[in-house]
Amino acid sequence: MDQTVDQQATWPDAIHAQFRRARIRQVGYVPDAGHSRLIQRCIEDPDITDVVLTTEEEGVGLVAGATLGGERAALLMQSSGVGNCINMFSLIRSCGFPCLVLVTMRGEFAEFNPWQIPMGSITEDCFRLCGFLTYRIDHPDDVDEVVGAACDMAFAGNVPIAVLLSQRLIGRKVWSK
Amino acid sequence: MLDRRECVRTLLAERGELLVVSGLGAPTYDVAAAGDSPLNFYLWGAMGGAAMIGLGLALARPRARIAVITGDGEMLMGLGSLATIGVKQPQNLAILVLDNRHYGETGMQASHTHYGIDMIGIAKACRFRETHAISQEREFAGARRLLHAAPGPVFIQAQVRQEEVARVLPSRDGNEIKLRFLEAVAKLDKV
Repeated sequence: MDQTVDQQATWPDAIHAQFRRARIRQVGYVPDAGHSRLIQRCIEDPDITDVVLTTEEEGVGLVAGATLGGERAALLMQSSGVGNCINMFSLIRSCGFPCLVLVTMRGEFAEFNPWQIPMGSITEDCFRLCGFLTYRIDHPDDVDEVVGAACDMAFAGNVPIAVLLSQRLIGRKVWSK
Repeated sequence: MLDRRECVRTLLAERGELLVVSGLGAPTYDVAAAGDSPLNFYLWGAMGGAAMIGLGLALARPRARIAVITGDGEMLMGLGSLATIGVKQPQNLAILVLDNRHYGETGMQASHTHYGIDMIGIAKACRFRETHAISQEREFAGARRLLHAAPGPVFIQAQVRQEEVARVLPSRDGNEIKLRFLEAVAKLDKV
Protein backbone atom coordinates (compact mmCIF):
# COMPACT_ATOMS: atom_id res chain seq x y z
CA MET A 1 0.00 0.00 0.00
CA ASP A 2 1.17 3.48 -0.64
CA GLN A 3 -0.55 6.38 1.04
CA THR A 4 -0.41 10.11 0.91
CA VAL A 5 1.05 11.57 4.03
CA ASP A 6 -1.30 14.32 4.91
CA GLN A 7 -5.01 13.65 4.48
CA GLN A 8 -5.70 16.26 7.14
CA ALA A 9 -4.50 19.22 5.07
CA THR A 10 -7.42 21.52 4.37
CA TRP A 11 -6.28 23.19 1.14
CA PRO A 12 -8.48 20.82 -0.93
CA ASP A 13 -11.48 22.43 0.78
CA ALA A 14 -10.39 25.77 -0.68
CA ILE A 15 -10.41 24.21 -4.16
CA HIS A 16 -13.89 22.85 -3.54
CA ALA A 17 -15.06 26.29 -2.38
CA GLN A 18 -13.68 27.82 -5.59
CA PHE A 19 -15.48 25.15 -7.64
CA ARG A 20 -18.70 26.21 -5.94
CA ARG A 21 -18.00 29.89 -6.53
CA ALA A 22 -17.34 29.18 -10.21
CA ARG A 23 -20.56 27.11 -10.42
CA ILE A 24 -18.75 24.01 -11.61
CA ARG A 25 -21.35 21.26 -11.94
CA GLN A 26 -19.40 18.24 -13.17
CA VAL A 27 -16.10 16.94 -11.87
CA GLY A 28 -14.36 14.06 -13.62
CA TYR A 29 -11.58 12.23 -11.85
CA VAL A 30 -9.49 9.13 -11.63
CA PRO A 31 -9.02 8.00 -8.02
CA ASP A 32 -5.88 9.62 -6.67
CA ALA A 33 -4.40 9.89 -3.18
CA GLY A 34 -3.41 13.54 -3.57
CA HIS A 35 -6.92 14.50 -4.69
CA SER A 36 -8.75 12.18 -2.30
CA ARG A 37 -10.07 14.85 0.05
CA LEU A 38 -11.23 17.07 -2.82
CA ILE A 39 -12.86 14.09 -4.54
CA GLN A 40 -14.73 13.35 -1.32
CA ARG A 41 -15.90 16.98 -1.07
CA CYS A 42 -17.18 16.82 -4.64
CA ILE A 43 -18.99 13.52 -4.04
CA GLU A 44 -20.68 15.00 -0.97
CA ASP A 45 -21.74 18.18 -2.79
CA PRO A 46 -25.32 17.85 -4.08
CA ASP A 47 -24.68 20.54 -6.72
CA ILE A 48 -21.77 18.65 -8.26
CA THR A 49 -22.04 15.51 -10.36
CA ASP A 50 -18.92 13.46 -9.78
CA VAL A 51 -17.83 11.17 -12.58
CA VAL A 52 -15.25 8.50 -11.86
CA LEU A 53 -13.30 7.76 -15.06
CA THR A 54 -11.42 4.66 -16.14
CA THR A 55 -8.74 6.82 -17.76
CA GLU A 56 -8.07 10.54 -17.84
CA GLU A 57 -8.82 11.18 -21.52
CA GLU A 58 -12.44 10.25 -20.88
CA GLY A 59 -12.59 13.42 -18.81
CA VAL A 60 -11.72 15.59 -21.80
CA GLY A 61 -14.80 14.29 -23.62
CA LEU A 62 -16.84 14.85 -20.46
CA VAL A 63 -15.77 18.51 -20.32
CA ALA A 64 -16.72 19.01 -23.97
CA GLY A 65 -20.13 17.39 -23.44
CA ALA A 66 -20.81 19.33 -20.26
CA THR A 67 -19.96 22.59 -22.04
CA LEU A 68 -22.24 21.72 -24.96
CA GLY A 69 -24.98 21.16 -22.39
CA GLY A 70 -24.37 24.52 -20.74
CA GLU A 71 -22.53 23.30 -17.66
CA ARG A 72 -19.05 23.96 -16.33
CA ALA A 73 -16.78 21.03 -15.58
CA ALA A 74 -13.36 20.42 -14.03
CA LEU A 75 -10.97 17.51 -14.21
CA LEU A 76 -8.79 16.09 -11.46
CA MET A 77 -5.84 13.94 -12.34
CA GLN A 78 -2.31 12.97 -11.47
CA SER A 79 0.62 14.11 -13.60
CA SER A 80 0.95 10.61 -15.06
CA GLY A 81 -2.57 10.92 -16.44
CA VAL A 82 -1.80 14.06 -18.44
CA GLY A 83 0.02 12.05 -21.07
CA ASN A 84 -3.08 9.94 -21.55
CA CYS A 85 -5.05 13.03 -22.59
CA ILE A 86 -2.86 14.51 -25.29
CA ASN A 87 -4.77 13.55 -28.43
CA MET A 88 -8.10 14.17 -26.72
CA PHE A 89 -6.98 17.70 -25.86
CA SER A 90 -7.34 18.42 -29.59
CA LEU A 91 -11.07 18.55 -28.86
CA ILE A 92 -10.49 21.48 -26.51
CA ARG A 93 -8.30 23.35 -28.95
CA SER A 94 -10.25 22.59 -32.12
CA CYS A 95 -13.55 23.72 -30.63
CA GLY A 96 -12.41 26.38 -28.16
CA PHE A 97 -13.90 24.65 -25.11
CA PRO A 98 -12.98 26.01 -21.69
CA CYS A 99 -11.02 23.45 -19.71
CA LEU A 100 -9.83 23.46 -16.10
CA VAL A 101 -7.54 20.66 -14.96
CA LEU A 102 -6.14 20.24 -11.45
CA VAL A 103 -3.07 18.07 -11.42
CA THR A 104 -1.39 16.46 -8.45
CA MET A 105 2.29 16.24 -9.33
CA ARG A 106 4.46 13.19 -9.00
CA GLY A 107 8.03 12.61 -10.02
CA GLU A 108 9.39 16.04 -9.08
CA PHE A 109 10.07 16.27 -5.34
CA ALA A 110 11.19 13.50 -3.01
CA GLU A 111 9.83 10.91 -5.42
CA PHE A 112 10.43 7.31 -4.38
CA ASN A 113 9.15 5.69 -7.57
CA PRO A 114 11.39 6.17 -10.62
CA TRP A 115 8.49 5.22 -12.92
CA GLN A 116 6.73 8.48 -12.00
CA ILE A 117 9.60 10.65 -13.19
CA PRO A 118 9.36 10.36 -17.00
CA MET A 119 5.83 11.80 -17.12
CA GLY A 120 6.11 14.07 -14.08
CA SER A 121 9.11 15.82 -15.58
CA ILE A 122 7.31 16.70 -18.84
CA THR A 123 3.79 17.38 -17.55
CA GLU A 124 4.03 21.16 -17.69
CA ASP A 125 5.65 21.13 -21.14
CA CYS A 126 2.93 18.80 -22.43
CA PHE A 127 0.23 21.20 -21.27
CA ARG A 128 1.98 24.14 -22.94
CA LEU A 129 2.34 22.23 -26.20
CA CYS A 130 -1.37 21.43 -26.05
CA GLY A 131 -2.24 25.12 -25.73
CA PHE A 132 -2.87 25.24 -21.97
CA LEU A 133 -1.81 27.93 -19.55
CA THR A 134 -0.29 26.51 -16.39
CA TYR A 135 -0.26 27.77 -12.82
CA ARG A 136 1.84 26.08 -10.21
CA ILE A 137 1.19 25.95 -6.47
CA ASP A 138 3.86 25.08 -3.91
CA HIS A 139 2.33 26.51 -0.72
CA PRO A 140 -1.05 25.83 0.88
CA ASP A 141 -1.64 29.55 1.44
CA ASP A 142 -1.70 30.13 -2.32
CA VAL A 143 -4.30 27.50 -3.18
CA ASP A 144 -7.42 29.60 -2.77
CA GLU A 145 -6.20 32.58 -4.77
CA VAL A 146 -4.53 30.65 -7.55
CA VAL A 147 -7.37 28.18 -8.08
CA GLY A 148 -9.83 31.08 -8.05
CA ALA A 149 -7.76 32.83 -10.70
CA ALA A 150 -7.61 29.64 -12.75
CA CYS A 151 -11.41 29.26 -12.62
CA ASP A 152 -11.76 32.83 -13.91
CA MET A 153 -9.24 32.23 -16.67
CA ALA A 154 -11.00 29.04 -17.74
CA PHE A 155 -14.61 30.19 -17.68
CA ALA A 156 -14.36 33.94 -18.24
CA GLY A 157 -11.07 34.10 -20.12
CA ASN A 158 -12.09 30.95 -22.01
CA VAL A 159 -8.61 29.46 -22.10
CA PRO A 160 -7.65 25.92 -21.21
CA ILE A 161 -5.71 26.01 -17.98
CA ALA A 162 -3.98 23.49 -15.74
CA VAL A 163 -3.16 24.04 -12.08
CA LEU A 164 -0.18 21.99 -11.01
CA LEU A 165 -0.32 21.10 -7.33
CA SER A 166 3.30 20.41 -6.60
CA GLN A 167 4.52 17.32 -4.87
CA ARG A 168 5.89 19.55 -2.17
CA LEU A 169 2.41 20.90 -1.48
CA ILE A 170 0.78 17.49 -1.46
CA GLY A 171 3.40 15.93 0.75
CA ARG A 172 5.82 13.12 0.23
CA LYS A 173 4.37 9.78 -0.50
CA VAL A 174 5.20 7.23 2.13
CA TRP A 175 5.85 3.72 0.96
CA SER A 176 4.71 1.06 3.38
CA LYS A 177 4.17 -2.62 2.83
CA MET B 1 -26.81 -6.50 -43.14
CA LEU B 2 -28.04 -2.94 -43.19
CA ASP B 3 -27.28 -0.01 -45.44
CA ARG B 4 -25.64 2.45 -43.06
CA ARG B 5 -27.14 5.57 -44.63
CA GLU B 6 -30.62 4.12 -44.61
CA CYS B 7 -30.15 3.00 -41.03
CA VAL B 8 -29.12 6.44 -39.77
CA ARG B 9 -31.72 8.23 -41.91
CA THR B 10 -34.49 5.98 -40.61
CA LEU B 11 -33.43 6.15 -36.99
CA LEU B 12 -33.07 9.95 -37.10
CA ALA B 13 -36.31 10.63 -39.02
CA GLU B 14 -38.61 13.00 -37.13
CA ARG B 15 -35.93 13.37 -34.49
CA GLY B 16 -37.47 16.37 -32.81
CA GLU B 17 -35.13 17.81 -30.20
CA LEU B 18 -32.76 14.84 -30.14
CA LEU B 19 -29.14 15.97 -29.59
CA VAL B 20 -26.68 13.96 -31.66
CA VAL B 21 -22.93 13.47 -31.24
CA SER B 22 -21.33 11.74 -34.23
CA GLY B 23 -18.03 9.86 -34.14
CA LEU B 24 -15.31 10.77 -36.62
CA GLY B 25 -15.24 9.30 -40.11
CA ALA B 26 -18.22 7.63 -41.74
CA PRO B 27 -20.70 8.14 -38.85
CA THR B 28 -20.20 11.91 -39.11
CA TYR B 29 -20.93 11.69 -42.86
CA ASP B 30 -23.94 9.42 -42.22
CA VAL B 31 -25.42 11.83 -39.69
CA ALA B 32 -24.82 14.77 -42.04
CA ALA B 33 -26.39 12.83 -44.92
CA ALA B 34 -29.50 12.20 -42.83
CA GLY B 35 -30.01 15.97 -42.73
CA ASP B 36 -27.75 18.63 -41.32
CA SER B 37 -28.97 20.07 -38.02
CA PRO B 38 -27.52 22.53 -35.53
CA LEU B 39 -28.37 19.91 -32.91
CA ASN B 40 -25.61 17.71 -34.38
CA PHE B 41 -22.17 17.86 -32.84
CA TYR B 42 -19.92 16.37 -35.50
CA LEU B 43 -16.54 14.99 -34.55
CA TRP B 44 -13.63 15.05 -36.96
CA GLY B 45 -11.09 13.78 -34.46
CA ALA B 46 -10.80 12.98 -30.74
CA MET B 47 -11.17 9.30 -31.58
CA GLY B 48 -12.57 7.34 -28.67
CA GLY B 49 -14.25 10.39 -27.13
CA ALA B 50 -17.75 10.37 -28.62
CA ALA B 51 -19.47 8.38 -25.86
CA MET B 52 -17.97 10.56 -23.14
CA ILE B 53 -19.11 13.74 -24.88
CA GLY B 54 -22.53 12.13 -24.88
CA LEU B 55 -22.26 11.46 -21.14
CA GLY B 56 -21.23 15.02 -20.29
CA LEU B 57 -24.13 16.31 -22.35
CA ALA B 58 -26.59 13.83 -20.84
CA LEU B 59 -25.60 14.80 -17.30
CA ALA B 60 -25.78 18.51 -18.10
CA ARG B 61 -29.21 18.22 -19.74
CA PRO B 62 -31.14 15.50 -17.96
CA ARG B 63 -34.39 16.42 -19.70
CA ALA B 64 -32.92 16.21 -23.22
CA ARG B 65 -32.42 12.99 -25.17
CA ILE B 66 -28.88 12.35 -26.37
CA ALA B 67 -27.78 9.96 -29.12
CA VAL B 68 -24.16 9.13 -29.79
CA ILE B 69 -23.76 7.67 -33.28
CA THR B 70 -20.35 6.23 -33.91
CA GLY B 71 -18.40 3.42 -35.54
CA ASP B 72 -17.02 0.17 -34.19
CA GLY B 73 -13.42 1.41 -34.35
CA GLU B 74 -14.20 4.63 -32.50
CA MET B 75 -16.20 2.78 -29.85
CA LEU B 76 -13.46 0.19 -29.40
CA MET B 77 -11.03 2.98 -28.63
CA GLY B 78 -13.26 4.20 -25.81
CA LEU B 79 -14.46 0.94 -24.27
CA GLY B 80 -13.61 2.21 -20.79
CA SER B 81 -16.18 4.96 -21.25
CA LEU B 82 -18.89 2.29 -21.37
CA ALA B 83 -17.93 1.37 -17.80
CA THR B 84 -17.95 5.06 -16.83
CA ILE B 85 -21.42 5.47 -18.34
CA GLY B 86 -22.52 2.29 -16.58
CA VAL B 87 -21.60 3.84 -13.24
CA LYS B 88 -23.64 7.00 -13.87
CA GLN B 89 -26.64 5.21 -15.50
CA PRO B 90 -27.88 8.20 -17.54
CA GLN B 91 -31.46 7.46 -18.52
CA ASN B 92 -31.36 9.92 -21.40
CA LEU B 93 -28.32 8.57 -23.26
CA ALA B 94 -28.31 6.14 -26.16
CA ILE B 95 -25.32 4.92 -28.15
CA LEU B 96 -25.71 3.61 -31.68
CA VAL B 97 -22.67 1.83 -33.06
CA LEU B 98 -22.61 1.40 -36.83
CA ASP B 99 -20.61 -1.79 -36.95
CA ASN B 100 -19.08 -2.60 -40.32
CA ARG B 101 -16.33 -4.60 -38.59
CA HIS B 102 -13.68 -2.53 -40.36
CA TYR B 103 -11.74 0.70 -40.21
CA GLY B 104 -13.24 2.29 -43.31
CA GLU B 105 -11.38 5.56 -43.09
CA THR B 106 -7.94 3.99 -43.13
CA GLY B 107 -8.33 1.35 -45.83
CA MET B 108 -10.87 -1.19 -44.54
CA GLN B 109 -8.61 -3.07 -42.17
CA ALA B 110 -10.50 -5.54 -40.00
CA SER B 111 -11.50 -4.29 -36.54
CA HIS B 112 -11.85 -6.33 -33.37
CA THR B 113 -15.56 -6.91 -33.97
CA HIS B 114 -14.60 -8.70 -37.20
CA TYR B 115 -12.83 -11.24 -35.02
CA GLY B 116 -15.89 -11.78 -32.87
CA ILE B 117 -15.32 -9.32 -30.05
CA ASP B 118 -18.82 -8.87 -28.67
CA MET B 119 -19.66 -5.22 -28.01
CA ILE B 120 -23.19 -6.05 -26.88
CA GLY B 121 -21.67 -8.34 -24.29
CA ILE B 122 -19.35 -5.54 -23.17
CA ALA B 123 -22.22 -3.05 -22.94
CA LYS B 124 -24.29 -5.56 -20.95
CA ALA B 125 -21.39 -6.18 -18.60
CA CYS B 126 -21.12 -2.38 -18.19
CA ARG B 127 -24.74 -2.29 -16.96
CA PHE B 128 -26.33 -0.74 -20.01
CA ARG B 129 -30.04 -1.05 -19.39
CA GLU B 130 -30.96 -1.83 -22.98
CA THR B 131 -28.63 -3.61 -25.38
CA HIS B 132 -29.76 -4.63 -28.80
CA ALA B 133 -28.15 -5.72 -32.07
CA ILE B 134 -29.95 -5.15 -35.35
CA SER B 135 -29.12 -6.45 -38.81
CA GLN B 136 -32.42 -6.25 -40.70
CA GLU B 137 -34.66 -3.40 -41.75
CA ARG B 138 -37.67 -4.83 -39.98
CA GLU B 139 -35.82 -4.14 -36.72
CA PHE B 140 -35.67 -0.38 -37.36
CA ALA B 141 -38.90 0.37 -35.52
CA GLY B 142 -37.70 -1.30 -32.33
CA ALA B 143 -34.32 0.38 -32.60
CA ARG B 144 -36.01 3.77 -33.07
CA ARG B 145 -37.96 3.29 -29.87
CA LEU B 146 -34.80 2.35 -28.00
CA LEU B 147 -32.80 5.26 -29.41
CA HIS B 148 -35.43 7.92 -28.78
CA ALA B 149 -37.44 6.79 -25.79
CA ALA B 150 -36.27 3.79 -23.79
CA PRO B 151 -34.81 4.54 -20.36
CA GLY B 152 -31.06 4.37 -20.79
CA PRO B 153 -28.28 3.87 -20.95
CA VAL B 154 -29.11 2.25 -24.29
CA PHE B 155 -26.60 0.50 -26.54
CA ILE B 156 -27.56 -0.45 -30.09
CA GLN B 157 -25.21 -2.24 -32.43
CA ALA B 158 -26.34 -1.91 -36.05
CA GLN B 159 -24.64 -4.39 -38.31
CA VAL B 160 -24.04 -2.53 -41.52
CA ARG B 161 -22.49 -3.58 -44.80
CA GLN B 162 -18.80 -3.15 -45.28
CA GLU B 163 -18.79 -0.60 -48.05
CA GLU B 164 -17.51 2.83 -48.86
CA VAL B 165 -20.27 5.37 -49.25
CA ALA B 166 -19.93 8.81 -50.81
CA ARG B 167 -18.80 11.32 -48.20
CA VAL B 168 -21.22 13.99 -47.09
CA LEU B 169 -19.10 16.58 -45.40
CA PRO B 170 -20.41 18.95 -42.74
CA SER B 171 -18.35 21.87 -41.47
CA ARG B 172 -14.92 20.97 -40.18
CA ASP B 173 -14.65 24.10 -38.06
CA GLY B 174 -14.97 22.91 -34.47
CA ASN B 175 -15.74 26.37 -33.15
CA GLU B 176 -18.51 26.84 -35.66
CA ILE B 177 -20.04 23.44 -34.91
CA LYS B 178 -19.89 24.18 -31.18
CA LEU B 179 -21.37 27.69 -31.40
CA ARG B 180 -24.14 26.55 -33.70
CA PHE B 181 -24.99 23.72 -31.31
CA LEU B 182 -24.97 25.98 -28.23
CA GLU B 183 -27.18 28.52 -29.97
CA ALA B 184 -29.67 25.85 -31.04
CA VAL B 185 -29.80 24.35 -27.54
CA ALA B 186 -30.34 27.81 -26.04
CA LYS B 187 -33.31 28.28 -28.39
CA LEU B 188 -34.83 25.02 -27.18
CA ASP B 189 -34.68 26.40 -23.64
CA LYS B 190 -36.62 29.51 -24.63
CA VAL B 191 -39.52 27.64 -26.21
